[in-house]
Amino acid sequence: MIKLTVNGETRQYDGDGEMPLLWYLRDLLTLTGTKYGCGKGLCGSCTVHLDGRAVRSCSVPMDRLDGADITTIEGLGTGGDHPLQIAWASHDVPQCGYCQSGQIMQAASLLAENPNPDEQQIDDAMSSVICRCGTYQRIRAAIKSAAGGVS
Amino acid sequence: MKKISQQNIRPVSRRDFLKTGGVLVVGVSLFGCGKEKVPGLTKSVSTEPWSPDVYVSFDADGTVHIISHRSEMGQGIRTGLPAVLADEMEADWSRVKVEQATGDAKYGNQNTDGSWSVRGFMQRMREAGATVRLMLEQSAAQQWGVDVAECKANFHTVVHQPSGRVLDYQDLVAGAAELPVPGLELLELKSPDQFRYIGKKLPIVDMHDMTHGSAMYGADTRLPGMKFAAIARPPVVFGKVKSFDAEKTMAVEGVEQVVELPAAEAPAMFKALGGIAVIASNSWAALRGRDLLAIEWDEGANADYDSDEFKQALLETVRQSGTPLRDQGDIDTALDSAAETIEAEYYAPHLAHASMEPPAAVASVSSDFCEIWAPSQDPQSLIPMAEAVTGLKPEQIRINVTLLGGAFGRKSKCDFVEEAVILSRKIGAPVLVQWSREDDIRHDYYHTVSAQHLSASLDENRKVSGWRHRLAYPSIMSTFDASVKQAAAFEAGMGALNVPYDITNLRVETGEAEAKVRIGWLRSVCNIYQSFGVNSFTDEIAHVRGLDPKDNLIELLGPDRVLDFTEFGLEATENYALETGRLRSVIELVAAKAGWGRSLSRGHGLGIAAQYSFLSYVAAVVEVAVADDGKWTVPRVDIAIDCGQYVNPDRVMSQQEGAVIFGLSLARDSQITAANGRIVQGNFNNYRVLRIDSTPETHVHLVESSAPPAGVGEPGVPPIAPALANAIFAATGKRFRELPLGRSLFSAM
Repeated sequence: MIKLTVNGETRQYDGDGEMPLLWYLRDLLTLTGTKYGCGKGLCGSCTVHLDGRAVRSCSVPMDRLDGADITTIEGLGTGGDHPLQIAWASHDVPQCGYCQSGQIMQAASLLAENPNPDEQQIDDAMSSVICRCGTYQRIRAAIKSAAGGVS
Repeated sequence: MKKISQQNIRPVSRRDFLKTGGVLVVGVSLFGCGKEKVPGLTKSVSTEPWSPDVYVSFDADGTVHIISHRSEMGQGIRTGLPAVLADEMEADWSRVKVEQATGDAKYGNQNTDGSWSVRGFMQRMREAGATVRLMLEQSAAQQWGVDVAECKANFHTVVHQPSGRVLDYQDLVAGAAELPVPGLELLELKSPDQFRYIGKKLPIVDMHDMTHGSAMYGADTRLPGMKFAAIARPPVVFGKVKSFDAEKTMAVEGVEQVVELPAAEAPAMFKALGGIAVIASNSWAALRGRDLLAIEWDEGANADYDSDEFKQALLETVRQSGTPLRDQGDIDTALDSAAETIEAEYYAPHLAHASMEPPAAVASVSSDFCEIWAPSQDPQSLIPMAEAVTGLKPEQIRINVTLLGGAFGRKSKCDFVEEAVILSRKIGAPVLVQWSREDDIRHDYYHTVSAQHLSASLDENRKVSGWRHRLAYPSIMSTFDASVKQAAAFEAGMGALNVPYDITNLRVETGEAEAKVRIGWLRSVCNIYQSFGVNSFTDEIAHVRGLDPKDNLIELLGPDRVLDFTEFGLEATENYALETGRLRSVIELVAAKAGWGRSLSRGHGLGIAAQYSFLSYVAAVVEVAVADDGKWTVPRVDIAIDCGQYVNPDRVMSQQEGAVIFGLSLARDSQITAANGRIVQGNFNNYRVLRIDSTPETHVHLVESSAPPAGVGEPGVPPIAPALANAIFAATGKRFRELPLGRSLFSAM
């Protein structure tokens, strides 16, 4: 039996230990805000927080998550919008929107570790998340403005 | 009968309004099928909601529901067209709710393709809005007992101008619902200075959902009893299952059954490819079980496809004369008698769409109803597909359109939706078919591989006297008719046949090329490679002539004039023609904004390219920085677009920003190759696309224009690859004529 916390709620799981966290979230908990994009940790669409740090949920099997604290996009900023969600809106970042959960979760992890990243640090952290629509320029701008707001 | 509605579907009036002439098609329920029961129908409202037009309905509290009948894939259309209607009806946008149309012919064309939504429907939306506005003014006039001419709609109210009395739309809905729908001849459309939303920035309606994980895409629908499916499709197109063993698959926890799907035969159309489906209680079990299937395939006639050999064959083809599609003057004499001739060959590979959302769809088929939730660019096309699979009638089929997590043309093709319908019917339960990324990359409708051979003649004055452009690539039409082996005029007409240069002797030819994979259309389609060929070659001519590339380009455009290509088999589009002056203007604009001619650091170069596509005019300047080791980056891109009248400038800008990334991805990294009929690439490790660390500083320059609205989503892509190749030439003196360029120029040399 695996016990974990997802968005503040305690959960128990006793299924296939090899099931990636992504599918547990999407198919068992119906937390569909976390997106499948590649299944190989290549695109970052499925990014969530594991104990506060960004991970690719498609590549983390459930049997490694006993005692883990998971936050998904649905659980970000539960006490009101996260500064990144506000910045995303003010910079009109999303196009199709599909990768944006992963982008925001990756950016939130970045800002938690480094409240004032420079452009190179933003690029280094965010290059793990692909946006096929090409919203990157606005992602950079939104992170910069959220960082200003956070600090 | 168990059916679950999409959460945001709501009731509208069943009251019929007569068509009073013109294009208003009115008086229909959102649900075509009167017997249906839909959760949420019993909303408490004090009066019957009012639906004066198929795209608009009112709640009794004055809330306006506007239908978006075009599919949202990132272009912002769910905001744009409803805002046009809201503007014309003087609605308060904060009291507007946008709802996605089901797939239904009553909405008119829903095929969201060809950068066509605004130019196809702006006028219709304005007329719908003006109709509602007039009826609300008439309702107010009736209540006050005054002449309607004294009543003016203003921001969700009607004002009686002489007295200053005001009524909210909420108080006018019931009265308006009793009025006949006015004819188009009675409508007065706003003048541009009265626009409240059109031409102004408006945040997208899906912003909150997209930033909070609540936006619904193709794989996000959940139904009671729903099963999850993954499919092993033939690795070679039109292959068949010879035999299979599912023992290991069935041992996977959560796998419930395997189902064989019928194999598709040519022509591809939008048919499901067939294969073996694994049905499970979750996606992971389905995908894992699928990967454990042992299948012996009969790979069929396409197993000989080798893209390296095919490339050589295409290049051989364009070295020979082909079928002339456009032939003016005497190109043979021009070339034979030239003071100097210039020749070059260009090659570009297959591309996959690779939207971040791989294909996925949900279907729920019972004996008397079929309901679909799909990220479809063309929802009406799902109806005949579902009819054919289920034997049900159109009124027993409902198509719910989810958001599209990117599409770029892939989701015009409903093969993945057909799979869900087939499986749901077979197993008697709702099914979500989830494609893996490998499925997506290996079973795409590919942007075609292409070869081009260009020749130009310079006369004794070093003027360009002749232009010959030979093309060879499998046609999109091969997807619909397997006997087609040559590009159609509409394909050559995306940047080759309609080359806008003022050259006396000019011929465009196509050669034969047989499709060995399913050929589709990808954002800006044939413009991608034809713009690469034409704009690169134009730059080569400039350097041979010793001219500045921008000056050479403008000289080739010649005097401002309007071009008509109907004699070459291109369809004329009403109110649109290629105006070379508008192309010249965006070239001059982008050159000025980019500082064309400025002094640059060592290793840097500027390149320029321009393209007319989807009735819009775009020019781009790319700045490249090439390091001593051959690695290169793009520090800056300037892109100028004249798309005529626009609706939401911020979405026009964001589409161009995205087009730059899309164009740089295909210019640097992306290619699909085939060996033994199988696609070599499978995921983002070997089908590479741009990431944030390669993103240039992008400046979009939007032309103010009163010309009719034109395309926005696609036209930004074509100039990027050639402007980049031209910039690399400017920086290094090396010419690259093959895409993708790769990340290091020295390895490519």
